[in-house]
Parts: sequence; structure tokens; C-alpha cells
Amino acid sequence: MASQGAGRRADPHGARGTALTVEETYDCRDAFAAELVRLARADDRIVAVCNDSVGSSKLAAFARKFPERLINVGIAEQDMVGIGAGLANAGLVPFVCGAATFLTARALEQIKADVAYSLANVKLCGMSPGLAYGALGPTHHSTEDLSWLRAIADLPVVVPADPAQTSAAVRWAAQTTGPAFLRIGRFPVPDVSPPGEPAFTYGRAARLRDGADATLVATGTMVSRALSAAALLAGHGVDARVVNVSTISPLDREEIVAAARQTGAVVTAEEAVPTGGLGAAVAEVVLETRPVPMRLLGPRTFAPTGETAFLLEHFGLTAGGIARATLDVLGLDAGGLGAGGLGAGGLGAGGAGGVGVDDG
Amino acid sequence: MPDHDAIGAWRRLRDRLAHADRAARAAALAALAGGIRRTAISTIHAAGLGHTGGDLSVTDILTTLYGAVLRIDPARPDWPERDRLILSKGHCSVALYTTLTTCGFFPADRLATFAAPMSPLNGHPSRRAVPGVETSSGPLGHGLPVGVGVAVGLRLRGSPARTVVVLGDGELQEGSNWEAAMTAAHRGLSSLTAVIDRNGLQQGARTGDTNDLEPLADKWRAFGWEVAEVDGHDHLALLDAVTAPHAGSRPRCVIARTVKGRGVSFMEDRVEWHHKVPDAEQTRMALEELR
Repeated sequence: MASQGAGRRADPHGARGTALTVEETYDCRDAFAAELVRLARADDRIVAVCNDSVGSSKLAAFARKFPERLINVGIAEQDMVGIGAGLANAGLVPFVCGAATFLTARALEQIKADVAYSLANVKLCGMSPGLAYGALGPTHHSTEDLSWLRAIADLPVVVPADPAQTSAAVRWAAQTTGPAFLRIGRFPVPDVSPPGEPAFTYGRAARLRDGADATLVATGTMVSRALSAAALLAGHGVDARVVNVSTISPLDREEIVAAARQTGAVVTAEEAVPTGGLGAAVAEVVLETRPVPMRLLGPRTFAPTGETAFLLEHFGLTAGGIARATLDVLGLDAGGLGAGGLGAGGLGAGGAGGVGVDDG
Repeated sequence: MPDHDAIGAWRRLRDRLAHADRAARAAALAALAGGIRRTAISTIHAAGLGHTGGDLSVTDILTTLYGAVLRIDPARPDWPERDRLILSKGHCSVALYTTLTTCGFFPADRLATFAAPMSPLNGHPSRRAVPGVETSSGPLGHGLPVGVGVAVGLRLRGSPARTVVVLGDGELQEGSNWEAAMTAAHRGLSSLTAVIDRNGLQQGARTGDTNDLEPLADKWRAFGWEVAEVDGHDHLALLDAVTAPHAGSRPRCVIARTVKGRGVSFMEDRVEWHHKVPDAEQTRMALEELR
């Protein structure tokens, strides 16, 4: 279950005394793959479709158990998504898997017309999204997907933040008739879901930490970092709320309005361009209901060369970066959180190391 | 939504055709096609919108398939064991809508709402709004991949139902078709048939002057399909090509040679009638010729 990054005992916050626990980290694709096999065992309508991505979509076990139900179309994403729509028409429940950038960019029109507009029962699974492909470069980064897909009507956009959320979201997708997009992370993340509660509720954001001074709204890989940022901010006398938005579309407006009204400042963080992604989605609601100062964190340029962890740091997508943005939006001095300080760290630092598209 | 009177009439026609000799079958399908063409012309004129030339070139293909081939139940458009027809050239929606009303999927009087505000009958067919439409189409190059998925899915489910995708020739310039063509042949989808409305014209010019498709039959053969080339206005030739027994596991491509604007002399093989709408006088003349 634990990923290649698992078990790394990094304490990214070191001597600053934020008392963060050191945690195991996981590649959410493993939870995705295991859940899909479990579901497929019980429901023979479930099939997997992929674009020569058996390894990188973690479908090897599925292929072994259900060889006739794995439809690998080769390197042909338009074909793949159209085939998914056709399989759904024939009464099956296809999980269409591919690297998020190729799935969403190459087949965007199929996603719009064949899946969403046709209300086809297709589960689109964007693997290794955001900056997960690190030094493979911007051609392989999927940072626009949330903006593109959020613009499409009737297409739920779901971004699980940890293995428990991933499993629960896959179950939800299998049990719900209609289109959905699941963004399945590769970059190692720790568990963030509170034990004893449903890990994922469609359309509902989860308040992982209450707070009165500002709200950190995060999704996917950024959720654990937002929690770390809140811990850092506590040391600066700032009581930050943390909200995990795992359904980007439709957004939990109520939770966002409550954040704006009750805390008066909102910072968003995502491994995607905020111009259209989570940041824009939250900003729209805040603007329409209770305008408050905001900061929208996310890559706004094509990434330079570097591993994922480096790139996240480069774009300020670390606990320190989120904390700095929060102090900034509150008009407070960043002090010890200045660049080169805590900002250099981040939970899960160390990252996935060198990865290839097809290295599994 | 189903029109039970129309369904009854369609079922009687299907029964009659099944037992008729070839001449009677040809005459009945020709009469059906003539009615669909007239209704299509009137519908386009009334709406002020439509793809007149392509509607007229694809009519005999749709007539043959719905009139004599497809195992469907218009009273149950979601019947799991139905044959699927996917109109990839979705801009020829009026021909499809008219044919669907002929089968009784919905009442023919709905055609009067075509393109009107809030009508289910959009310029391009929507699966969510129109019974009998298997997938929303309009953007070109989408139908064949969906058809491949349907055929794979039906086979996985053990269903003998067949899948027919009707494509324009111009849209074969979209690469997605060739992705799907490879997949279909690789997977031995003999239950899948592609019928190409080969009218030789696309929106702006002849296909041959734009991005030539020839040698088209050779391309499909090279992609692993069996190919038949027929007169796309000869109902019996179409019927024979679509229903011929399969020699092996290859998917089938029927290249239906057609004339854009077929049946109306001043529209035939004229590029400007791709989406030109006939005025009152042109409509009168067209209906006269189609009588």
C-alpha cells in the first residue's frame, strides 16, 4: 500500500517546533487500484479502459484477475474516451484511466460531448495529475485539468486527498449512475481523513480543523500541507481553519460561504492553475456571497525542470508557502516564515523521485 | 413520448418487407425515403436551419437501416438488446429525427419544433433529449470510437446485437476515426458496421480538393476491415451490403456512394447546399421534385 515515498521519515518543519507528527505517505493510485479490483469482483459490469497505461494506471492486478474486462486501446485517448461512452451505452460501467494530462487535454471534446453532454455512465480517472511527473516537464504536467473540467456541465470533478478518500470516491463513482472525473494522485501523501467519519461525501467539503482567523481551502496533495500550515500559523498566533475540498465541481458553497463569513480571509492551494481550478471556484462563491480578502496558490506558469517536491516548493505549495500567503492576506508580518525559512519544507518532501510515464 | 400509432405502422412495414419480394421491398423503401426527404425539406425550411445537402444524401442509408435492418423497439429506446445506430455526422439531424418519427420513437408533430427555443430537437442530436439517439453527436470523428465501445461492451455482455455507425466522408479527415478503425479490427468486431455517406463534398469544397480521402476502400482494407462499395441510393444494394454474412471476424465498412442533395435537381452535388436553407419557392420546387 505504501508508496515508494512511504516510510520516509522527513520532518520538514524541523527545529521550528511545530510539533508535526512524522507520517507514512502513500501513492493514491494503489488505493484506487485495490478498490477497483474489489468492486469489479462484486460487479461484472465494471471494466477498465486505458491507453497503454496498465502500469502507470496500476491496472496490472485488475488485468490479471479480469483479463477480458481490461480494454487497453493503445496510445489513443480520443478513441479511449469514446469507447468508454460506448461501453456505458452497452450497459457496462467503464473506468477510463490515463495520465491526467493526456486523458483530459487530448480527449477534452470527447469528455464534453460523448460523456458529459451524453450523460454517459463513464468514470474518467486522471492518473498522476498536477506536477506529479516532475522533471518529465510541463508537457506531462496536468495543471489545467481542473479548470477545463470544472467548466463542463454535469461532470462531477473529484480530487481525493488520501488513500481513504480515494477508495471511498471510487466506491461512490461505481455506485452512482452518470459521468464523473476522479483525479488520482501519485505524489505521496499522508492520511488526512479523520478516522471514524465517512472519508468522502460527494459534494461536501470536510472541515479538518476549525479556526477563526482565516480558512485554508485545499484539495488533493495540498490538504496535508494546509494542515501543516495551520500548525505553523498557530505558532504565529493565527487560528486557521482547514477545509478539504474533494469535490471541486459541484462545489460545497455552504462551507465556502461559512469560511468567508466566519473567518474573514481565505487562502486556496491546489496542484493546478488557480485560474479556473479550485482557487477560481472558491473565489467565485466568495465574490458572489461574502467578499473577503483571498490568496490563490497554484502554479501560474509552466514549471521549470525539477522533481515534484522541488516544483511544489518553487510554486510556494508547501506548508510554509501556504502559511506565508495566509499571513500576507491577514496583513501580518511573515517574520520567520520568510522565503528560505520554513517555506523550503513541506510535508511529503522528498517526493516521488524520478518517475517515468510508464514505470508504474 | 413514443408514438404508438407510428410504431404500429412501422412494425407492419417491417413485417411486410420481411416477406416481400425484392421489387416490392425496393418500392416500399423508396416510398419511405421519399416521405422522409419531403418532411426533412419542410422541416428545414420552417426552422430556417439545417444541413440540407447531407440530410438528402444520408436519407436512403437511414431508411434502409431503420426500415429493414435494425432490431429495435421504438417503444423501448433503452431495450438492452437493441441494435445501435450511431449517427456520427450529427449535423444531419433532421434526416435522423424524421426517420425516428417514422419508426415512432416520438411523434412526428415534434418536428415542427426543430431548432425552436427549448425544443428537444437541437441542430445536433442530443442523447439526453431525444429517444433513439444513442450518443450526442455533432463534433466530427466521435461516432466510430463510441461504436467500437458499444460493440466491445455488447460482446462482453454476450449480446448478439449489432452496432452500425453512419459517418460522413469529410469527417474521415478526423484522426479519431482511424484510432477507432484500428481498435475495431484489432478486436475482431464483426458486429460493427461503418456506413460512409460518400457524397464527395464537405462544408467548403470537394473532399478531393480539400484533403483527399482516396483510395478510401484501400485505406479501410489496410486497417483490417472488409469493405463493400455500393450505390448509396440503392436500398437493396445497401441492404445486401449491410446484411451479407460475415466471412471472418473483421468489422465491415460499407462505402455508400451518394449525391449530396439527392432528389432535388438544383441541390444535387452543389457545395453551397451543405447548410443552405431553401426559401419558400425553393421548398415548393423541391417538394414538387420529390413527389
